[in-house]
Amino acid sequence: MISFHDISKGFSGVPVLRRVSFAVAEGHTLGLVGENGAGKSTLMNILGGNLQPDGGSMLLAGQPYAPRHPTEAGRHGLAFIHQELNLFANLSIAENIFLTAFPRWGPFPFIDRTTLRVQTAGLLQQVGLDLPPETPVERLSAGERQLVEIAKALSQNARLIILDEPSTSLSARETVILFALIDRLRARGISMIYISHALDDVLRLCDDIVVLRDGERVGAGPRAQFTSERMISLMVGRSLNRLFPERASQPLHEPGRAELPLSPKIRAAQQRRPTHQRFMVPMRVAENVETTQEVLLEVSHLSQPGIIRDISLVLHRGEILGLSGLMGAGRSELARILFGLDPCARGEIRLKGSSISGRSPKWRIQRGLAFLTENRREEGLCMESAIADNIALVSLGQHTRPPLGFLDFPKLRQAVSNIRNAVRLTATVRDEQPVKTLSGGNQQKVVLAKWLLSQPEVLILDEPTRGVDVGAKYEVYQLINELAERGAGVLIISSELEELIGLCDRILVMGRGEIRDELNREEFNRERILRAALCDSVTP
Amino acid sequence: MAILKRLMLSEYLVLFLSVLYFVALAPFTPGFATFDNCGNLLATLLPLFVVAMGLTFVLITGGIDLSVTSIIALTSVAGAATLNSSTGWLAGSSLAIPVGIAVMLLIGGAVGLWNGLAIAKFRMPPFIVTLTTMMFVSGLAIWLTQSKNINHLPAAFNALGGKTWVAFFITAALAVVAHVMLSRSRWGRWLYAVGHNARASLISGVPVAGVTVSAYVASGVLAALASVIYTGQAETGSPVMGQRILLDIIGATVIGGTSLFGGKGKVLWTLFGVLFIKLMDNSLNLLDLSYFSIMMVKGGVILFAALMDSMRNQVLVAA
Repeated sequence: MISFHDISKGFSGVPVLRRVSFAVAEGHTLGLVGENGAGKSTLMNILGGNLQPDGGSMLLAGQPYAPRHPTEAGRHGLAFIHQELNLFANLSIAENIFLTAFPRWGPFPFIDRTTLRVQTAGLLQQVGLDLPPETPVERLSAGERQLVEIAKALSQNARLIILDEPSTSLSARETVILFALIDRLRARGISMIYISHALDDVLRLCDDIVVLRDGERVGAGPRAQFTSERMISLMVGRSLNRLFPERASQPLHEPGRAELPLSPKIRAAQQRRPTHQRFMVPMRVAENVETTQEVLLEVSHLSQPGIIRDISLVLHRGEILGLSGLMGAGRSELARILFGLDPCARGEIRLKGSSISGRSPKWRIQRGLAFLTENRREEGLCMESAIADNIALVSLGQHTRPPLGFLDFPKLRQAVSNIRNAVRLTATVRDEQPVKTLSGGNQQKVVLAKWLLSQPEVLILDEPTRGVDVGAKYEVYQLINELAERGAGVLIISSELEELIGLCDRILVMGRGEIRDELNREEFNRERILRAALCDSVTP
Repeated sequence: MAILKRLMLSEYLVLFLSVLYFVALAPFTPGFATFDNCGNLLATLLPLFVVAMGLTFVLITGGIDLSVTSIIALTSVAGAATLNSSTGWLAGSSLAIPVGIAVMLLIGGAVGLWNGLAIAKFRMPPFIVTLTTMMFVSGLAIWLTQSKNINHLPAAFNALGGKTWVAFFITAALAVVAHVMLSRSRWGRWLYAVGHNARASLISGVPVAGVTVSAYVASGVLAALASVIYTGQAETGSPVMGQRILLDIIGATVIGGTSLFGGKGKVLWTLFGVLFIKLMDNSLNLLDLSYFSIMMVKGGVILFAALMDSMRNQVLVAA
């Protein structure tokens, strides 16, 4: 049906796909698996005409195939069904299916409603969706929407359907319906590429399996050659060659560098130590025994229906705790609940021993909580306003002058200048510059600076290095290390497993809103983490 | 070219344009550059500046307040009803004036509070909330008075607006307070932050709802203060006071450089914008143009100012 020959693609010099070759046989379903960043999406973007390959070629039904544009892929009979569906919620099922090809009244520009309804009803019957064609899509569940997407693909006479993580947002029942439909489609001779992290589903549904790792094809063959164990070890089998700061082995403070601010209590604790140790990072295990026992954040039996279930965790002083899991596992949702942005039905959150459940984010910030969100453009920064204003925003209250409480500008400027040195913001940028003019890495440092200025004791960092270049990543890791060394508790959410393994003292693995596994530093093991996060077919 | 560019980028651009306009039109406009006329100009400029200050706060948060003129009308008649010396509730009492003014400010603040709560707590769009408030409140002012003016206001009250130097000091004091609050207080910073990005502000611990409500309350109170000056100038409480000036208020604020999209604005800019609008108004009146032709010219000039602003932004982006 379709074959890939030596497809290569790089982004700004970094290879994402390296000479990937495989073929989908006519009428077969091929399972494509690999970790986040293995190159699956890039490959599918090339197939769909969103990206052009740097090298290699594709053959579609024996003919050379090189789409320049997504509509070209559609004309060739390819249909993509994405994780985030592309339906118009305000339109009806029929309108969504025929949006680009409404049946018309002969030569007139009027829609032939009768034909539209009949054709839609036929398609819906094929996908097993028993709903009137006029139903607005906004009333459908995620699974029903997926079926509408497939009906749309069928209406366009798709010969190859690409399903990207189709089961993640579905309930168990919906998944069963979807799988039955996939079986029926296969029986009709439609070829499919099925991308999923749910390896059991892949084994069950697919005729052939291809495993990608770091942009290379590391395994391919008929289903019989695979087990989920084998797939995981193929996906994982890579040496850690990323740059991570060595924990606890380098000078904390290069001479002349500004100190990270921490709460007075921690500072006092530090001053009790011999002076020379404030400039050398003490060996964690030896020095911090008494501090790592102190619980900063304690979460017990936190539940919110449909979001998270019975989450309990503790974060100690000086600890870096990682939260691993796939997209949609409930990690960011948990963070938002911890910070008071979203409600939770049951359970309790205690910060330094006192309950903070039901309190506003403002109240939590004042008690030492900080939250770096995963999307810094929408939630982290005021993109149009100055760097200095962004950094100062959380801590304005600490920089006022009595008796009227107006801002103490010299003090504020000094504080901002100290903190921007501490986070190593590029020296050439001016404080008055709008944040939007900065690179991703510098923007993230501004968000970090903003939170560090408020002297937090517990930091929740959601994807702290997303969209940050490699050099700045290293610096962010150093900052996180320093914070922990100096007594803060850090909860990191990250989709990059290396990042967590490189940084954390302990890793919790989440899946479907639950904590699935807990690993201490000496037990860190990519396979075990991946397995806890991945291996869950929702079908019974 | 470099000078032109610097001028374009300067925050005093509107002031320069105003001066330029004045100098250019003075020879052709009879009685424009006279002492008397400048006094008149100042007298009409002051109350407009006071309302526009309030609108500046609201615009900085990314909202809009269309109800200010209706607040002027309602507080004008409510104040007059309280303190007039013939039928007033407190006629003749020495408390009449302070209580009358307090009533005006309270009403202004209360209407602002309603706007703010509806917008911040019930999450309704500012345009709809303040538009409907305007309809209701201006209707209320006319209904309460059966469309009649309330006269016989005490001379001491009329002096607050009628004597331009008194109004000047009141306005100057308000402007200084507003400027300091915006530029030096935590509240001012919060106002800008909410206008730039309300979500990020909330996560950064800014009490977004409170800040939003306070901006509308400030706008309501400042509209009431402007009403004190207008009512004093007119020596009568009128239920249609300020009916025609809504576009002047918004136009002046926006010409000054305050952004309709929030996050940007200064009291000083608003002063320049008000000065520019008033100069234009005054000169066109002196040229004996009709109300309608004045409207046409004003529309053109405001459009031109908006064009300048967008060009300025492009230069800024390129720089």
